[in-house]
Amino acid sequence: MGIYPLEVDNLTVAYQKKPVLSSVSFRIPSGKLIGVLGPNGAGKSTMLKAVLGLIPTVGGSVKIFGQSYKESRKKVGYVPQRESVDWDFPTNALDVVMMGRYGHLGWFRRPGAKERRIAMECLAKVGMADFAGRQISQLSGGQQQRVFLARALAQNATLYFMDEPFAGVDATTEKAIISLLHELREQGKTVLVVHHDLSTVKEYFDEVVLLNGKLVAAGSTEETFTTANLQKTYGGRIAMLQDVTNASDRSDEAEVSGESSPRRSKTARRAGKAGKSSMTNAADGVDIPDEAEGADVPLGAVSRT
Amino acid sequence: MMSSLLGWFADPNMQWILMGSLLLGIGSGVIGSFTYLRKQSLMGDALAHAALPGICIAFMLMGVKSIGLFMLGSIISGMIATFGIHAITRYSRIKQDAALGIILSVFFGIGVVLMTKIQHSGNGNQSGLDKYMFGQAASMMKSDVYMMGVVSLLLIIVCFILFKEFKLVSFDPGFARGMGMKVGLLEQLLLFMTVVAVVVGIQAVGVVLVAALLITPAVSARYWTDSLGVMVVLAGFIGAFSGVTGTLISGTLSNLPTGPVTVLAATSLFLVSAIFAPNRGLVAKVWRRARTRQQIQQSQSLEMAQQRSRTVEGGLD
Ligand SMILES: Nc1ncnc2c1ncn2[C@@H]1O[C@H](COP(=O)(O)OP(=O)(O)OP(=O)(O)O)[C@@H](O)[C@H]1O
Ligand SMILES: [Mg+2]
Repeated sequence: MGIYPLEVDNLTVAYQKKPVLSSVSFRIPSGKLIGVLGPNGAGKSTMLKAVLGLIPTVGGSVKIFGQSYKESRKKVGYVPQRESVDWDFPTNALDVVMMGRYGHLGWFRRPGAKERRIAMECLAKVGMADFAGRQISQLSGGQQQRVFLARALAQNATLYFMDEPFAGVDATTEKAIISLLHELREQGKTVLVVHHDLSTVKEYFDEVVLLNGKLVAAGSTEETFTTANLQKTYGGRIAMLQDVTNASDRSDEAEVSGESSPRRSKTARRAGKAGKSSMTNAADGVDIPDEAEGADVPLGAVSRT
Repeated sequence: MMSSLLGWFADPNMQWILMGSLLLGIGSGVIGSFTYLRKQSLMGDALAHAALPGICIAFMLMGVKSIGLFMLGSIISGMIATFGIHAITRYSRIKQDAALGIILSVFFGIGVVLMTKIQHSGNGNQSGLDKYMFGQAASMMKSDVYMMGVVSLLLIIVCFILFKEFKLVSFDPGFARGMGMKVGLLEQLLLFMTVVAVVVGIQAVGVVLVAALLITPAVSARYWTDSLGVMVVLAGFIGAFSGVTGTLISGTLSNLPTGPVTVLAATSLFLVSAIFAPNRGLVAKVWRRARTRQQIQQSQSLEMAQQRSRTVEGGLD
């Protein structure tokens, strides 16, 4: 069958003159969980936005289920990066989730009892039913993230784009979200997730897309998530990436290897975004503080030791 | 003053003007809520100031005072100002706030020069253009009031019909666009409606202060509620109260322009909101902080007492 949920062909995007993404082409098979990886500023969010038609592209084409985005957007759900909105907006959690139904309502029509019911169900799915009436600025970061996720579920799409849904989420919530994503996959849906924690990639994703201004590689996790590709993606900076790609079952290994595990997970986290997830901490049983400065520490200093 | 107030209410012309101010206040409060939430408050102010040269040029070209013509003039110059702001932020390193400042003062400067010129020319005095600076509701003709009321009513109706769309576009335009909403169109419409609200209120409130009628009610309303629907309605009420109060007081005290009084009325409601609103207000905050501090101190001293008794019991360690 020749119909892919997402086909990106020669996509080029520029904000000013310099292209942020140049000639990116890849295809996503149906019913898979796909990780989009790359360092900060690699253009991951930009790619999502370009695919969704939120920003103009310089060249290339995007096909969703073989059609243009315009024709198929009801099949698409989107979880933006949490920082993209002002959380002090006067609205509550349930109301935000109901926004996911607006596309189905069309112009002028107001959300009614049916939309409210669907929104409540979606909130319950992400474990936020008790917070339905809570003003959104009074939710924690992780809870806000879950509200966004519930809103995407309310869209009832077949292809989902999620920009860092695990950002600032604790280990339990991350587990809950990932099992939700697996559930979506079981229903035959395709989910594209921008992700930073390299140590969980093998466990979570069927496929990966590696980005760094251009496409480094795309394909099944097994074949694509290799040390060589990661070095190309993140620059030669991370000698320890090997550990991430080699460990087939990371959490077991981490427990056994004892002494070296904190350093490894630290490196893996620096490769991505420091403080993005506390999953590794919990799995390794080591408490690494979620300090933002982590990202600024020269990587060489770590790899040398 | 009391008798003049009564005289006011009895005068059918003034009843019209009050009704117009009421509708203007509601309309400005409602549309201003969206302007404020989209962080475009300063934009409203810039648009108001940019209207002045438009009004003057319309008068100089046509030589008559007609509110419809003035509206057209100020909408055109408001649009030119918007383009100017966009161009400056796009083609230079100047940020939007600075661009707004530049456009606002340049347009206002041009407006004041033109107005002075008109004032010194032959038919300047009967133009009544000076009233546009700070507003004089009492000087409005019945047709002007009618126009103001109808346009305000239209603004309110459009906000009611497109409430869901305006809400999503104000909260998360990226998501709205991904969903297929015509975000660009809706944003243009909101901006256009802001211009209209500003322009239609100019004669009553004046170029200099009309933006306050747009923003202050919205800011005050935000203190009382966490629901957009309630906020919009409340802002409408506050706007209406300010508009009517301004018109009444300025009408009864001779020669006091309407704008400043309206703004003072709105500001007094803002102060009440900022101080007394539940949850977000100053009093509520101070009270909450004091209570938490007290609770923490209590539990700490309890803990300390327990520790002390433990050390006494257990000796060392
Ligand atoms: N609105 C914008 N205007 C100009 N440049 C931008 C804009 N948004 C992003 N960029 C630039 O484009 C590049 C890619 O940004 P993008 O947000 O796509 O990165 P990302 O891969 O999502 O990073 P992160 O992991 O930090 O979220 C960056 O270099 C950034 O500076
Ligand atoms: Mg990003």
